[in-house]
Amino acid sequence: MTKGRGAGGESAPEFVQLLTPDGERIDKVTGADGVEYTVDFTDDEYRGLYRDLVVVRKLDAEATALQRQGELGIWASLLGQEAAQVGSGRALRQQDMAFPTYREHGVLYCRGIDPIMPLSLFRGVDHGAWDPNQFRFNMYTIVIGAQTLHATGYAMGITKDGKVGNDDGEAVIAYFGDGASAQGDVNEAFIWASVFNAPIVFFCQNNQYAISEPIEKQTRVPLYQRASGFGFPGVRVDGNDVLASYAVTRAALDHARHGQGPTLIEAYTYRMGAHTTTDDPTRYRMAGEVESWQARDPIARVRAFIAKQQIAGDDFFTEVDELARRESLALRERVLAMPDPDPLTIFEHVYPHGSPLIDSQRQGFAEYMDSFEGSSH
Amino acid sequence: MADVISYREAVAEGIAREMRRDSTVVCLGEDIGAAEGVFKTTVGLFKEFGPQRIWDTPISEQAIVGAAMGAAMTGMRPVAEIMFSDFLACCWDYLANEIPKARYMTGGQVTVPLVIRTANGGGLGFGAQHSQAVENWALTVPGLKIAAPSTPADVIGLMASAIRSDDPVVFFEHKALLAGSGARPPDDHVVELGKATVAREGTDITVVGLASTVPVALKAAEQLAGEAISVEVIDLRCLVPLDMRTVLSSVERTSHLLVVEENPYQGGWGGTVVSVVADEGFEMLDAPIKRVAGACVPLPFADALEAEVIPTVDKVTEAVRRLSAY
Repeated sequence: MTKGRGAGGESAPEFVQLLTPDGERIDKVTGADGVEYTVDFTDDEYRGLYRDLVVVRKLDAEATALQRQGELGIWASLLGQEAAQVGSGRALRQQDMAFPTYREHGVLYCRGIDPIMPLSLFRGVDHGAWDPNQFRFNMYTIVIGAQTLHATGYAMGITKDGKVGNDDGEAVIAYFGDGASAQGDVNEAFIWASVFNAPIVFFCQNNQYAISEPIEKQTRVPLYQRASGFGFPGVRVDGNDVLASYAVTRAALDHARHGQGPTLIEAYTYRMGAHTTTDDPTRYRMAGEVESWQARDPIARVRAFIAKQQIAGDDFFTEVDELARRESLALRERVLAMPDPDPLTIFEHVYPHGSPLIDSQRQGFAEYMDSFEGSSH
Repeated sequence: MADVISYREAVAEGIAREMRRDSTVVCLGEDIGAAEGVFKTTVGLFKEFGPQRIWDTPISEQAIVGAAMGAAMTGMRPVAEIMFSDFLACCWDYLANEIPKARYMTGGQVTVPLVIRTANGGGLGFGAQHSQAVENWALTVPGLKIAAPSTPADVIGLMASAIRSDDPVVFFEHKALLAGSGARPPDDHVVELGKATVAREGTDITVVGLASTVPVALKAAEQLAGEAISVEVIDLRCLVPLDMRTVLSSVERTSHLLVVEENPYQGGWGGTVVSVVADEGFEMLDAPIKRVAGACVPLPFADALEAEVIPTVDKVTEAVRRLSAY
């Protein structure tokens, strides 16, 4: 159990931690919800988590670089939040459905989605084009908090379909941030999930900032404690600890899939970078604060643990770095090779079977394009 | 230069002038304080007026607008910011059902003098949920006034009127215009709500624009002047009140009308302008009335495609040429 930085400047209540910032393994821990948490991973699984964390961070850094070079319109970096995302993402079972924000690149990676997909979105080639049903991972949701209600309705739906209530039942996870906790939609989602006993996990990555607004301006109580007012359990986990994030999410998902209702998880973490590439965090937070969080880096502690436990040697770390480098290079090359979309595609997918007005606008636009010399349309 | 001010700076300047003049004016919204606004439209306000009058809020659109209403009931003049106009949809109950009906439903006993400022419109490639021009949403709700300036001077002048107005005003700041500059107006500059202006005089065709489509129309007029087509450009500046007198008086002279609007053709504000001209100015017309409006599709994210959806100079010149052939 560790103390963290709390709302209102007070010291934070204890959170679930299974791996300290120094890489010391804590065998098991009981959360504020009374549940005992632990993990039982093989060496291979530990190495797999480390690999995920490193690759996800590297791909994210590449995307940030691409934006800085003018190749992406905007990028919302996950830097610092890798453990919360990989831990919860790997805790999902194949049948579970995830509803992300626009920052869940790590969860997306864990769902097996080609990491190029969010880059085509932020390059402005499309609005995101993976198949939510195939990957069990909904589209990135940009409007803050809206996905919590989508997720709640989805969870109510699978209950009606009889897909909940046993070991192989389905569960839903809704990702959101501390900022979204102030949205009406999110609070409505809590109420509905509670009264309909929906099989949903509300996974709040408290990264301490809603753009520039610090957590102190958003809540007077630790966010996980809000759950009790809505009638379901809440637990705070060290969001920089991939093992604890996994353990807590796994337990909450199992709770949901067995028909026992929702859980709120507050993954206590820190947004190391800007909100997105459009803002400058040095205007609203102190360098010392960032440094104190660097000491709690989510990847360094796993590496320290693996080294100490002799789960892998230097060759492994080199090999992972090389893999991440190759994947990020491939990502860059593919982004630069993306074709510009055809102008006539703007008329597609507005209505499933077209509409007379849009059909006529498309026709007029095609004629307009044809009026240019050398037009290929 | 002191006599030039950007549109972006004009927003903060317009608010600051009213805050200095009237201690009941307060601002609330996300990231408007220390961060000085995500569009940097509140730069300097927190420094000058402090947290007592510049309220950084959680990201709760309903609370921002709902609380602005409550604050207005106490006699304050709140200026609430909704970061992107698309998110007016997040607080629509307060904007459509509560605020504009307060006076009516209390038999005139409760007045809510407030301004809801919001960054509106496309042209910056922000995608389907952050780029819409939604003045027409507010146009459907009686009880709201609507200002949408196209120049820095009008930002300041209309902001003064909006804040002093006893009616709730939705104030649309166009994102594509923020970086532009213009003359800094004098200290006491006030532009009355509901007064259009003739942005360029002409004799052959009347082109009516609002906010971003005014500079588009002006550029088109400049090009067409080289083709001996004289275009008169009218900047409506407000949709409610709607200054049809200025439009009709121009059409009386030109007998041709083109409306250029950024919102989708379907349900766009131009339909209202056109219907009034068809009703009251039919005999003046020598040609059908035309509208250049957005395509009836969500805004694409790709820059090149966004330009295909919203009005451009080329689309306006093309439409004017066709009209002038009548």
